[in-house]
Amino acid sequence: MDWGSLHSILGGVNKHSTSIGKIWLTVLFIFRIMILVVAAERVWGDEQDDFICNTLQPGCKNVCYDHFFPISHIRLWALQLIFVSTPALLVAMHVAYRRHEKKRQFRKGDQKCEYKDIEEIRKQRFHIEGSLWWTYTSSIFFRLVFEAVFMYVFYFMYDGFQMPRLMKCSAWPCPNTVDCFVSRPTEKTVFTIFMIAVSSICILLNVAELCYLVTKFFLRRSKRAGNPKHHPNHENKEETKQNEMNELISDSCQNTVIGFSS
Amino acid sequence: MSWGFLCDLLSGVNKYSTGIGRIWVAVAFIFRLLVYVAAAESIWKYEHDEFECNIRQPGCENVCFDHFFPISHIRLWALQLIMVSTPSLLVVFHVAYRENREKHHNQKFYKSPGEIDGGLLCTYLTSLILKTGFEIVFLVLFYKLYDGFKVPRLVKCDIRPCPNTVDCYISKPTEKMIFLYFLVATSCLCIVLNLSELSYLSFKYSIKCYLKRYIK
Repeated sequence: MDWGSLHSILGGVNKHSTSIGKIWLTVLFIFRIMILVVAAERVWGDEQDDFICNTLQPGCKNVCYDHFFPISHIRLWALQLIFVSTPALLVAMHVAYRRHEKKRQFRKGDQKCEYKDIEEIRKQRFHIEGSLWWTYTSSIFFRLVFEAVFMYVFYFMYDGFQMPRLMKCSAWPCPNTVDCFVSRPTEKTVFTIFMIAVSSICILLNVAELCYLVTKFFLRRSKRAGNPKHHPNHENKEETKQNEMNELISDSCQNTVIGFSS
Repeated sequence: MSWGFLCDLLSGVNKYSTGIGRIWVAVAFIFRLLVYVAAAESIWKYEHDEFECNIRQPGCENVCFDHFFPISHIRLWALQLIMVSTPSLLVVFHVAYRENREKHHNQKFYKSPGEIDGGLLCTYLTSLILKTGFEIVFLVLFYKLYDGFKVPRLVKCDIRPCPNTVDCYISKPTEKMIFLYFLVATSCLCIVLNLSELSYLSFKYSIKCYLKRYIK
């Protein structure tokens, strides 16, 4: 069980996402999770061992470290990534529920059901409309909220995004105001700024996706209001063809970009 | 053998669960197992090395650490995850038994071996009760062993061979406390999900039984 499992869970959601959603997922896995696992964890690996205070008083280092780092950057990022990825599960559950309903209709031999076999239902890609639109939009909204909350917590807890070289500590049992030195402060600052920048990009992508979905919703509504005789099946077939083409293009791009294996 | 094994086990259970059961599996995977592996494990990694006492007497630190942490938080957490996931295996075994029985007699006994009715319903309810029981037992154990869910910065120790009452400092107490509270919150969420599933299934099948009797 590791980040690879999260990748396989979210990979399933990817099929039903918009293009912006697919870009968001790529950014999440390559520029955040992969960087966290491959680079950031090493930088913060020796953080307490190499946190040195100018005193021989036993316990002073522990207490000062705990005072300045109530929760480590690396753990906060891990929690942020987990919370930010979770709303996509709402979409996965909704899709699974729809598939389950279609399979039930198919098994009952419902004439309304237009599928030839169960495999077709399993492979089908659902359009983001109706109740799925609401689920998808709520998931993007929650993602935005979680990103913003974690960025604020970061800023508030560490008084900005810079890691200082020296911290002055006078918590008991330190006998007086003691100088404590953080290990690798510049490298940590670089990675902190990088992660914040990528977080901001993800927020922008989410906002763009939200605007796109809302615009599409209103356009579709005005189209339907202006053209009530328009045949839904013909429209769906054209849309399906276009969506299949889009999927082929994005899948081939994704296969070259994501070489992520669990 | 690692957490991936538990992962595969629970994915198998997912097939025969209700909707609430699937939410439980998702919460267990993502908010408990993934948080444990990706974040919590590294906090407790060097807990003994970083546990420091204000004394040079050899053996005093070891004895004090052992006194205050008879079993480490992280190990108790791991045990809880394993014990809480295991009752779901009862359901998997029962379904496998049903499928075996149909194969052996070359006859269809059940509408679908995975459908939750009859004996499988009892097994499913039993697994839910056991899961809830284990969650509560571990939460009580955590509470009793560590005197609440707090992790103090300083503990005072006077066990032999420590010559007097010695100050000992725990490493990363605030971070450990935050993750302990997270553990308690997810445990409580899982208990609520289990109890809702229990009530939902009991209600659904008692209505079914009542209707069957009424129609007859």
